[in-house]
Amino acid sequence: MITVASIQNGLVIDHIPAGKGLKIFYHLGLDSANLQTALIMNVPSNKMGSKDMIKIENSDDVNLDDLGILAPQATVSVIRRGKTVKKFSLTLPERVVNLLFCKNPRCVTTVEQQVDHVFVRLPGSSSYRCKYCDHLLAV
Amino acid sequence: MLKGRHLIEPHDFTPAEMEEIFRLAETMAASMGDFFSLCRGMIMATLFYEPSTRTRFSFEAAMYRLGGQVIGFAEPNSSSVAKGESIADTIRTVACYADIAVMRHPKEGSALVAAGYSPIPVINAGDGGHHHPTQTLTDLFTIRHYKQRFEGLTVGLCGDLKFGRTVHSLIQAMARYPGVRFVCVSPGELTVPDYIMAGLPAGCAVECVVDQPLEQHIGKMDILYMTRVQRERFFNEADYLRLKDCYILDRRVLSRAREDLIVMHPLPRVNEIAYGVDDDRRAVYFPQARLGMIARMALIAKLLGVS
Ligand SMILES: [Zn+2]
Repeated sequence: MITVASIQNGLVIDHIPAGKGLKIFYHLGLDSANLQTALIMNVPSNKMGSKDMIKIENSDDVNLDDLGILAPQATVSVIRRGKTVKKFSLTLPERVVNLLFCKNPRCVTTVEQQVDHVFVRLPGSSSYRCKYCDHLLAV
Repeated sequence: MLKGRHLIEPHDFTPAEMEEIFRLAETMAASMGDFFSLCRGMIMATLFYEPSTRTRFSFEAAMYRLGGQVIGFAEPNSSSVAKGESIADTIRTVACYADIAVMRHPKEGSALVAAGYSPIPVINAGDGGHHHPTQTLTDLFTIRHYKQRFEGLTVGLCGDLKFGRTVHSLIQAMARYPGVRFVCVSPGELTVPDYIMAGLPAGCAVECVVDQPLEQHIGKMDILYMTRVQRERFFNEADYLRLKDCYILDRRVLSRAREDLIVMHPLPRVNEIAYGVDDDRRAVYFPQARLGMIARMALIAKLLGVS
């Protein structure tokens, strides 16, 4: 098994379904963030069989809002001096940009190439509404 | 302040802002000639990516009656669309030439995209089956013109209440005024969708009458809004033929109505209103088209900030 050193200060995103880690790594912008990061894939897991993990050293300043949709079962731990000081699970973001894509064939986003795909969550629900055509998408 | 704003959805303006437009429109209706040079030197662009002669005429006539000029296209083949230009680029180019733009487009949300890029006011003249806010403006102005109020009115809606977006917008718009009651008369297959009902404010009185004759209910209405059943909404011809003539307003049915009822229709009609009704003074669907043009005149003037 590969050993990746524990981080001293930062974030650990754990319980990412195996295979989704790389997509999340890019979506969170970690490829260009100039942070010390580790993406570990196919780690054996009692609960999940295998899982992916992301460790980010010396920063909590990563926008994790979209993670609630990308990997709702993931957990996030805040590490200080090598110890977990806070652990939280994810909630669904209120608004997402270029993460969900409208399935309505009559929606303007199907023809207007450069336009951002924007969805807003219905209050108290896991459904999102397309900003342009109002079609709903359940996540 | 309406100057510089867009109108994309029926509820973009508050009831107070709508009232501002209606007051100007009422003045225009009373003395049209006083406004013939209000928009002199100004240009309206009509960007019709799909044909809708009725709506385009109404907008163009409105601008001409204000002394303005009109440029635009009436079908996509002749335009930049055929060359694959994006809405975002088209509107930014058009904004270099015109002071206000009116857009009709088959894709839902297209007017919102245009508004996002446009430095000039954009009016949505229909984005697919999605929104058509100036139809709602027309309907409300017609009601206000004949009834001088919205509060406490009983609005009857009859025909296709399922697919008719005009009807949905009218219900939502009228529900913003206190004491309004709705009587919805339709076949079981064409009732008002649940999501429209669910969105209405608590305490809004809605009576749904399914598969019952219109004549039994017309007597309690202040307004009767008739709609046509559209062939393109049906997968099979048999359903369409069965439902298309299920509600017909003729003189016999109208004889059960109150003397101060007004009968409205977004036009064109097929045969849901008999020609025999046209001469009745309660029939206001042709005046409604004129009031629609006047409401658009007031809207244009307000968005341009010239009134
Ligand atoms: Zn959409």
